Amino acid sequence: MSMPTPPFLKIRGLKTHFPVEKGLLVRKTVATVKAVDGIDLDLNQGEILGLVGESGCGKSTLGRTILQLIEPTQGSVHLNGRCLTELKGKALRESRKDFQMIFQDPYASLNPRMTVYDTLAEALLSHQSIPKSELSQRVGQWMNRVGLSPRFIKKYPHEFSGGQRQRIAIARALVVEPKLLIADEAVSALDVSIQAQIINLLARLSKEMNLTMIFISHDLSVVKHIADRIAVMYLGRMVELGSAESLFDHPRHPYTQALVSAVPIPDPSRERTRRRMLLPGDPPSPMHPPSGCSFHPRCPHAADACQVAFPEWVREGDRSIACSRLEVVP
Amino acid sequence: MALLKLSDLKTFFHTRAGVVRAVNGVSFSIEKGETLGIVGESGSGKSVACYSLMGLIPKPPGKIESGQALFDGEDLLQLSEAQLNRIRGRRIAMIFQDPMTSLNPYLRIEDQLIEPLLLHGLADKHGARKKALEMLEKVGIPGAARRIRMYPHEFSGGMRQRVMIAMALITEPDLLIADEPTTALDVTVQAQILELIKSMQQQLNMAVIFISHDLGVVAGFCDRVNVMYSGQIVESGHTDAIFTHPSHPYNQALQRSIPALQAKGQELFTIEGQPPDLTRPVSGCAFAARCVHASHACSQTSPHLECVDEGHWSACLRVQQHEITLAP
Repeated sequence: MSMPTPPFLKIRGLKTHFPVEKGLLVRKTVATVKAVDGIDLDLNQGEILGLVGESGCGKSTLGRTILQLIEPTQGSVHLNGRCLTELKGKALRESRKDFQMIFQDPYASLNPRMTVYDTLAEALLSHQSIPKSELSQRVGQWMNRVGLSPRFIKKYPHEFSGGQRQRIAIARALVVEPKLLIADEAVSALDVSIQAQIINLLARLSKEMNLTMIFISHDLSVVKHIADRIAVMYLGRMVELGSAESLFDHPRHPYTQALVSAVPIPDPSRERTRRRMLLPGDPPSPMHPPSGCSFHPRCPHAADACQVAFPEWVREGDRSIACSRLEVVP
Repeated sequence: MALLKLSDLKTFFHTRAGVVRAVNGVSFSIEKGETLGIVGESGSGKSVACYSLMGLIPKPPGKIESGQALFDGEDLLQLSEAQLNRIRGRRIAMIFQDPMTSLNPYLRIEDQLIEPLLLHGLADKHGARKKALEMLEKVGIPGAARRIRMYPHEFSGGMRQRVMIAMALITEPDLLIADEPTTALDVTVQAQILELIKSMQQQLNMAVIFISHDLGVVAGFCDRVNVMYSGQIVESGHTDAIFTHPSHPYNQALQRSIPALQAKGQELFTIEGQPPDLTRPVSGCAFAARCVHASHACSQTSPHLECVDEGHWSACLRVQQHEITLAP
């Protein structure tokens, strides 16, 4: 790769394995779940990457590993030239303001005993010193910025609706002015009309703050809208990476094709006529992943070679695909 | 004659915070073999309406204030618990969003599957076992003979939903109420389950009421659609008409806010504000406060569903009076 500047976020060979233990008194490791199993990824500053895949594919674990919420088994994460995987203790805590996260369920991630003011003020103070007299003004400014009226400043999370709570969670993540934001299913629990409001908010703020963002979601149409590029994961590995629109319109990996064809379209005439690629069975257990390309047992185009080794990456324009049968995939 | 005819259902919850008008005057009917979709956002009353039919509303705080639900000539809302038990699980079955909470974790799949047959006296134990195995094979569970001896936790989410469907359909009901049956599932599994419900429906010539918040799923699955907002049906019509000729501003706005249909890079269309508080009686149209087309009359007069086209009803005053036309 010939890049003039090093990527803003550089992930190399990242692996997160969880031991599965058994036994009542003597715990023995009987297996490992390879939740994230060798991810290489580069992101430029200000870029939004959509990370999609089905439950259990490791997308959330990847997000948490990048943010050092889970210690990686192997591999490295560099943010703006600094190696996050080597940071420990105080140094890690202090650098946390550079990378923040928002979660699916804002009710579970906000302290129910803290008012909006307490929540946001704590975040503000944790990374900079602000005189107390200015604090409520700063909190109020941030509430305005995420579309909440500052007159709610003394309210508790339970007094807000789901969409408003997510706005508070977004404000809390962004008051420290991070460089990297990971949104893990941030709009999945919201109703359609509220979802659109939150997506707009995230898109606007990320532009204003030149945020680099990883947007994790199982909803492809949401990801297509907000992301510049999309990465598709299956069983701990990335199988396809490309620009959002082209990947959605012309998926190349058989798994991406199945995923895209399964997304319901809110248009009855198109929905009735289009060809749906139904996959047999469920995703296999990450504890016993199939050999070679882990998608081969469900893949309609699999050949014997697919059972042997994980396929090499193939580049087609700006697209990367981990499939060795591309010549037979329509 | 319609298989089920519901008229003017009102289900209120009497809570300490006030009276929640969860379902406030809902009427619809469904024919044999038909698929009726009910869409709306959380709190719109779509589930409560169907739970009321099945006698599943906790009373108190819930209370069915008025209404009639004629199923084959019998009013479901007037039946005693014992009479209802003859119909529930036999002629009307229901499947839910989360199969793990609706399956009994202590019982083997087989014991749960044969229960409806034994309860309704449709088969003896031997016959019921045979039927259960057949049904499990029908819903596409590989190795059914072995898996029928397993417990729910040994199944994946999609497989559990298949078990739920097998259990609901084992008595060959006339009506299936599916409450967000695929919401908790991954898209590829969702596609499998929808396909399964559809093929079972054709085999049994069964009517399906499909409750969903996902307009995309409804578009491909239902013959007719009711759109609910704030405890009322605001628009009702054939699926094609609902999508190509929306006749209520809420339905139009809801469709416009779906990311799948919007151009990339632009701001998504949104509906301003929040759904109304159901404890406060609304004068006029419940959507008026968020509606871009609202006029003075909208906040004064309570609208009712009126026919605006063949087989197409709308509860928008301005559409009814031809003051506005809505593009899809």
